Amino acid sequence: MAGTTTGAPTNVTQKYNQGGIGESTLRPDGTLKVTGEFAYSSDMWHEDMLWGQTLRSTVAHAEIVSIDTSEALKMDGVYAVLTADDMPAAKNYGMEFQDTPILAYGKVRHHGEPVALVAADHPETARRAAAKIVIEYRELPLITDEASATAPDAILVHENRDDHHAPFVPHPNIVHHQPIQRGNAEEAAKKADFIVKGEYTFGMQDQAFLGPESGLAVPAEDGGIDLYVATQWLHSDLKQIAPCLGLPEEKVRMTMSGVGGAFGGREDISMQIQASVLALRTGKPVKMVYNRTESFFGHVHRHPAKLYYEHGATKDGKLTHMKCKIVLDGGAYASSTASVVGNASSLSVGPYVIDNVDILAIGLYSNNPPCGAMRGFGAVQACFAYEAQMDKLAAKLGMDPVEFRQLNAMEEGTIMPTGQPVESPAPVAELLRRVKSRPLPPERQWESSEGADVRALPGGLSNTTHGEGVVRGIGYAVGIKNVGFSEGFDDYSTAKISMQVINGEAVAVVHTAMAEVGQGGVTIHAQIARTELGVQQVTIHPADTQVGSAGSTSAGRQTYMTGGAIKNSCELVREQVFEIGRRKFGSYHPAWATEELNLEGGKVVTNAGEVLASIVDVLEDEVVSVEEEWRHQPTEAFDRVTGQGRGHVQYAFAAHRAVVEVDTELGLVKVIELACAQDVGKALNPLSVVGQIQGGTTQGLGVAVMEEIIVDPKTAKVRNPSFTDYLLPTILDTPTIPVDYIEMADPKAPYGVRGIGEAPTLSSTPAVLAAIRNATGLELNKTPVRPEHITGT
Amino acid sequence: MRVNFTVNGRQQEADDVWEGESLLYVLRERMGLPGSKNACEQGECGSCTVRLDGVPVCSCLVAAGQVEGREVVTVEGLADYAKHREDSHPGGACGSVCGGTDLQQARQWQAKGTDGQTGEGGELSPIQQAFIDAGAVQCGFCTPGLLVAADELLERNPSPSDGDIREALSGNLCRCTGYEKILDAVRLAAARQEEAV
Repeated sequence: MAGTTTGAPTNVTQKYNQGGIGESTLRPDGTLKVTGEFAYSSDMWHEDMLWGQTLRSTVAHAEIVSIDTSEALKMDGVYAVLTADDMPAAKNYGMEFQDTPILAYGKVRHHGEPVALVAADHPETARRAAAKIVIEYRELPLITDEASATAPDAILVHENRDDHHAPFVPHPNIVHHQPIQRGNAEEAAKKADFIVKGEYTFGMQDQAFLGPESGLAVPAEDGGIDLYVATQWLHSDLKQIAPCLGLPEEKVRMTMSGVGGAFGGREDISMQIQASVLALRTGKPVKMVYNRTESFFGHVHRHPAKLYYEHGATKDGKLTHMKCKIVLDGGAYASSTASVVGNASSLSVGPYVIDNVDILAIGLYSNNPPCGAMRGFGAVQACFAYEAQMDKLAAKLGMDPVEFRQLNAMEEGTIMPTGQPVESPAPVAELLRRVKSRPLPPERQWESSEGADVRALPGGLSNTTHGEGVVRGIGYAVGIKNVGFSEGFDDYSTAKISMQVINGEAVAVVHTAMAEVGQGGVTIHAQIARTELGVQQVTIHPADTQVGSAGSTSAGRQTYMTGGAIKNSCELVREQVFEIGRRKFGSYHPAWATEELNLEGGKVVTNAGEVLASIVDVLEDEVVSVEEEWRHQPTEAFDRVTGQGRGHVQYAFAAHRAVVEVDTELGLVKVIELACAQDVGKALNPLSVVGQIQGGTTQGLGVAVMEEIIVDPKTAKVRNPSFTDYLLPTILDTPTIPVDYIEMADPKAPYGVRGIGEAPTLSSTPAVLAAIRNATGLELNKTPVRPEHITGT
Repeated sequence: MRVNFTVNGRQQEADDVWEGESLLYVLRERMGLPGSKNACEQGECGSCTVRLDGVPVCSCLVAAGQVEGREVVTVEGLADYAKHREDSHPGGACGSVCGGTDLQQARQWQAKGTDGQTGEGGELSPIQQAFIDAGAVQCGFCTPGLLVAADELLERNPSPSDGDIREALSGNLCRCTGYEKILDAVRLAAARQEEAV
């Protein structure tokens, strides 16, 4: 293939003054990112490349009667117009279920489903050609909620399901259901002095990563394809892409491009197959970049949910029982809905000790937009509901909401509703104590010598109040999130570590397929290599499929899993270095024969600190290289009836205190402070840890007061697919976020780490809701809280 | 159509530009300057912020033809732009536009590449260095736009209050950081700037 690809990732090396684990080492890609040179997937360019464009359905549920592409094909500059009939091999893909068509055939099942593809020499030509494709639809009845999905005569979103959950679901429009029974909730309810019931609604959230779905597919001379894309999991993509292209996996060579955020939204395939089929058909490189509107249709969202909860407590404040039903709307295609159901169900109790539970979570198929992974993955919706319940119960009991939570807080050794004991520290009560004991921000903080600073008031620069009608509220919440892939999934990561002498210095190369999505994994990887191998210079090889799978950058698992794999491979490299050293120098010093050797400061040293040799002298021109898979402790599936099973790997806990000010007349909310306390196990990079917690907290804040994809219930169409209408927190909406992290090691995890990215997204939302309730006295059972919910207008 | 304008101090010419193309598209796809980012292409996110005759604008909302004969500074030229500002007005708060720039001077602050192999090399502007040091960069997609906006803020207001920083950067969305470390970075750059005076 002639021409070169610009924007292909290069190795990133950090040479000097960088630390090992536990230090706030700076990002190795930082300089490239601040100079604009870091190549994201939308920055790829290739000589002679074409631009790909999708055409998406304008209706949510319909038979496709006909597609006429003739006018589009006549346009100058158009190289290909493809429909489902042109797909080269498998027509469907999917992460857990292969239920998602590359291009719709037979029918479309949601608004914005891809139906046709165009390749042209200019993006505008491609867009205009797509607009000339004529599709005739015959509309079908809509499935939009639990009632319409499970009605006796309901139309089936997917006929002839053959997935592994299909034989066990009560209705074919239910993707998966997971009950959990433990103790006897019915009997225990009789012992309750107080019972509270609640019905909660959680809106559909968008990941809203800033880097749009994009990438470049380059056809290769061997008939294969080179793909430069932004994803959370290269090998999962590969497994789905290759059958759709009719190519063996080794002919689909994937390289990670710069990823502009992910948050779960890149765990599923987006443009990967689309660009590849266009490239294979035209024989030319094809670049695709979704615009923001298409991005809203181009990835799955956080499941909207209905949650029905009942809790009971004795008058001395002990929880007696919990019953709940959680209905998650998975939309038209399964994505990871089944796993989200498992999480919602198994974490529905929250970080509390409740011996008697009756739990059911279900995930629907519907004609709403498909939902799947987003930061917090099923635990977010549950936390919003159970934390509202805790406040209601505390109020009934006349107890302080924090003390009530602490009284019922789980701790190490607590048995989860699944029967699985919590086998590492669970400092739930302590996290609550920490956020509660922080000094409060000063009252009337908007006042200055020059009058009111409206930027610090609800309504902000709209200048709607100078303090009149503004009431302060304070709210607390705490949550529990699992870390890693659960329910018996064979979750592993692979690390290839090489060490050799270059220009007189020992250099380590870390090669994994881990997706760096912004979380700072590349920083951590170099820190681990420095710590384990005692070298300064570490090169991070670009992530690709030439090395084994790293698993997904999700579920808070990468520091644990790929960090663990790197640590393990480094240990094996170290052993090989010692072996070479013994061969060369063993006779000079008896310590070589012992097991008590380390690599430090470029030297082989004994545990007592005696230097035996430099790594440079040991290695000379030898290259030591190890590629190994590494696994966490195995988990098992939850029983389909009782929900019992050791399903989870590790838990993470975070607590928040929100301080809000509400303009009760206009219903406007200003979050003043959102303090977080979290157990991080071990902070491998404190700067990154705090950044993750603040970022996760802010995504929870967004759900609390502004973020929601609005789907018209009458048409199942998305009404706000743009940043004009889907609101994200700006720097003016986001308060100061003090972070207090504690390090209570998980003895099973490498260095004791705990996955940290997700937990803060859980408790942030309910803390803000609690604070608004505290300020207004309103019940507020829905996210996001909108002005009309407060004013009642 | 053909469009002539100055980018990071260098005279540039783009041919065969379709009238509907934005400045952002021409920078990214025709001039090999993909540093300005395409996150929303509707002026909501600020990722494509550049200086147009000194004024921060969303380059996705500027038609390429509007830029004819004008001066653009992108993130790729930020380090040299800041250096030039420092050289011509040490410690001052005035950008090149108010002082006027002759071509010879302008050529001296053309963007220089860093060493792509190492991520080290080229000199950074104070705000760029502060973003790295404060941990204000995660995925980095919002970073170029934020840097251009923050640099402009510090140029006209060397000691901004937190409220000033929030107001100046409220047109730039970030989804990763929760903004706290971006505030830290701007405070840090301001403090370093003061120390240097």
